[in-house]
Amino acid sequence: MTLLQEKPLNIPQGRIDMTHGSGGRASARLIEQVFASVFDNPALAESNDQARLTLPEPGMRLAFSSDSFVIFPLFFPGGDIGSLAVHGTVNDVAMAGAKPLWLSAGFIIEEGFPLSDLDRIARSMAAAAHNCGVSIVTGDTKVVEKGKADGLYINTAGIGAFRAELDLSAKRVQAGDAILLSGPIGDHGIAILAHREKMSFAEPLLSDSAPLNGLVEHMLASGVDIHALRDPTRGGLATTLNEIAKTAEVGMRLEESAIPIRESVRGACELLGLDPLYIANEGRLIAFCPQAQADKLLQAMRAHDKGSEAAIIGSVVPDARHWIEMRTPLGGSRIVDWLNGEPLPRIC
Amino acid sequence: MKYIEEFRDRALAVKLAESIQTEARAGQGRVYRFMEFCGGHTHAIFRFGIPDLLPPEIKLVHGPGCPVCVLPMARIDAAIQIAQIPDVVLCTYGDMMRVPGGKRLSLMKAKAAGADVRMITSPSEAVTLAQNNPHKQIVFFAIGFETTTPPTAVVLKQARALGLKNFSVFCNHVLTPPALAWLLESGKDQSADVPELDGFIGPSHVSAIIGTKPYEIAATAYGKPVVIAGFEPLDVMQSILMLLRQVNSGQAKVENEYARAVTREGNVKAQVLMREVLTLRDSFEWRGLGWLPHSGLRLNDAFSDMDAEQRFSFNVEDVRENRACQCPAILRGAKEPADCPLFGKACTPDNPIGSCMVSSEGSCAAWYSYGRGRQGN
Repeated sequence: MTLLQEKPLNIPQGRIDMTHGSGGRASARLIEQVFASVFDNPALAESNDQARLTLPEPGMRLAFSSDSFVIFPLFFPGGDIGSLAVHGTVNDVAMAGAKPLWLSAGFIIEEGFPLSDLDRIARSMAAAAHNCGVSIVTGDTKVVEKGKADGLYINTAGIGAFRAELDLSAKRVQAGDAILLSGPIGDHGIAILAHREKMSFAEPLLSDSAPLNGLVEHMLASGVDIHALRDPTRGGLATTLNEIAKTAEVGMRLEESAIPIRESVRGACELLGLDPLYIANEGRLIAFCPQAQADKLLQAMRAHDKGSEAAIIGSVVPDARHWIEMRTPLGGSRIVDWLNGEPLPRIC
Repeated sequence: MKYIEEFRDRALAVKLAESIQTEARAGQGRVYRFMEFCGGHTHAIFRFGIPDLLPPEIKLVHGPGCPVCVLPMARIDAAIQIAQIPDVVLCTYGDMMRVPGGKRLSLMKAKAAGADVRMITSPSEAVTLAQNNPHKQIVFFAIGFETTTPPTAVVLKQARALGLKNFSVFCNHVLTPPALAWLLESGKDQSADVPELDGFIGPSHVSAIIGTKPYEIAATAYGKPVVIAGFEPLDVMQSILMLLRQVNSGQAKVENEYARAVTREGNVKAQVLMREVLTLRDSFEWRGLGWLPHSGLRLNDAFSDMDAEQRFSFNVEDVRENRACQCPAILRGAKEPADCPLFGKACTPDNPIGSCMVSSEGSCAAWYSYGRGRQGN
C-alpha cells in the first residue's frame, strides 16, 4: 500500500475540483484510487509515462483506432459512457478482424463532477474491458473549470493484432458480394433519445452497446472469405453503406423488409419522424462476403449470441453512381442517401 | 404494429395498384393531376416508392403543406435577429435551424457565431428553460399548420399560469384552408402560374384538428374532389383510387379515407383552445404564394405581453430570393424539383439554397433523398 492510498478519497460525497487535474498529489490520488485500482494490469502497474507492450506472436499486423465519447446522458438504459467508450473502440479494432488487446483512456472532467459517478464509470469500463479481453494500459486525466465541459468526456484508443494474411477492408467489397447485418438496427440511438425524452415502451428498450470481437472471431473461424466488416455507428446503416459504396466504387441493392428492426424502435421512429436506417448502433456489424458463401456466414453469425438475429439484407452491384437502392415493402424503390444534417446530437 | 403494418401490406398494395390502373385506363389516355397538399404525404410517397406503383396517367403534384418551406425569408431573418439579442435563448424545431434567410445566414450559423439557439422537440421544453433560467429571455419560434398550433396554445396558457415574465412566442402559425382556396382560385386563372388540378389528397393530421368541413368549399364552389388521407402508403394509394372514381363519375365531394382519426367537425377542444390564445392576422406572407389574407395567426390581445414581436424589436430588410431557386414555383405546384437548375448541383440537403431542400417534408429534399430526378451521387 502506497502512502497516497492511506488518504482515501471521499467517493460517496466528494466532487472533482481543480486540484485533481493539477498533476500533483491530488491527481495521483484520483488516478490511483479511482482508475488504476480497477483497471489493474501489469503494464499499467509499471507506472511509467507509457505502456510497454509485447505482441502475442511475432509478424502480426496491428489495427489501431481512436474514438471520443461525449454522450448525454452519461448513464442510459443498457450502458453508460464508460462501457460505451470501451465497446466503441474495441469494435472499431475488431472490424479489421483483429483481436483487440490494449486500450488507452483519456478523461476530460468538468469541475464539480461527483466522484461517485466517476467511480461508477471507471468500474463499468473495467468490467467492459474484462468482458472484451482487453487491458486499459495507459491514460490521462484533465479537469476543466465548471461550465467549460458537460460533466465528462472520454477518449479511448485501441490496438489489436491480426494475422498478416488476413485482409478485411472496404476496398475489397465488390459486385456479387452479399450484405449481412448482425441484428436489429436503431436500438442505441432510440434508447438514448427515448431516455432523454422520457418516452416509455411496453417492453423497455436498451442500447445495443456490446463488444463484437467475440462474434468476429467466430465469423473468421467459419472459413468464409469475408471481404469487409464495419460497425454502423453514427449515421446508421444508411450512411455506413454509402461510405463503403464510395470507397469500393460499387452500388448496393437492399430489401427493406429483410432489415431487422424492433417494434419499439419502429414505433418511436414513426412518432418522432426519424428513419431507423439513420439511427446509430453500438453493437451491430455489417459483413460483406461472396454471395455463394453468404448462407454459411449467416449460419455462423446466428450461432453466436451477438448475431442471433442476423440477416442477409442485400447485395453489391456494379454502379458508377455508387447508389444504394432499396426495394420498399410495397414493391416500389427508393435510394438510401447519406445522412443529411444531424438529427440526434451527442448519442456517442 | 396496429395501424402501421396493416397500412404497408404488399399484397394489398398490389391489389390497389391494379384497381388504380383499371380506373385510370377508363379515362382513355387523359392525365389526372392530383395535388397532395401536405409535405407529410410527399415524403411518404417517395419513401415508399409509390410512383413506381402508379400508371403514367396519374400525375402527383406536390403542394405547399410543408411549414418550414412556406415560411418567408423575412421571418427567418427576424428570428435570427431576435436570437442575436443578448440574454435571449431562441428555441426552435430542428429543421428550422438549417433554413437559409437573406444573405444565406441560418439559425445554425447564427448559433455557431454565438447566438443562443436551442433545438427542441416539444414546446414544453421552452417553458422548462424559462423556469430554470429566470435571467434569460426564452423565445419559442413557433411554426407549423393547425397540427402544431394547439401545443403552442398549451404552453402559452401554461406560462401564464406559472406567471413567467421571461417567456414569449414568435408566432408563425399558418392555416391550411386559405392556402387551398388560393390554389383553387389561382388554378382557374389561365394567366396565373398555378396548375389546374383534378383533385386534392387532403391533409391527415391537420384534418384531425380542423375536421373535413373546411374543405367542402373546394367541392361546392370549385367542383374539385378532396379525399382526406392518412400518411401511410396504403392510405395514399386508396385516396388516389377514390379521387379517380370521383373524377370518372363526374362527382366532386369531400371524402374521408382517414376516418380512423378524422371527423367532419374535427377536434373541437383543440379549436377552442387555439381561439382562447391566438387570433387571425389580417394577412401573412407565404413563400411562393405571396401575402394571403387571414392565413396566419398571432397572439391575441389577452396574451400580447408574451408576443415576441411586441417584446423585441427587429428590423428586417427586403430580402430577395436567389433568382435561380425554384422553391416558390415548386410550392405552388407549378414546377417539379428537377426543373430547377440548382437541384442536386448547387443545392443539396447539406448545402440548401431554398427551403424546399431543408425539411424532410420539402419536395426537393424528398426527391433528392429518395433518388428522384438525380443524376449522380
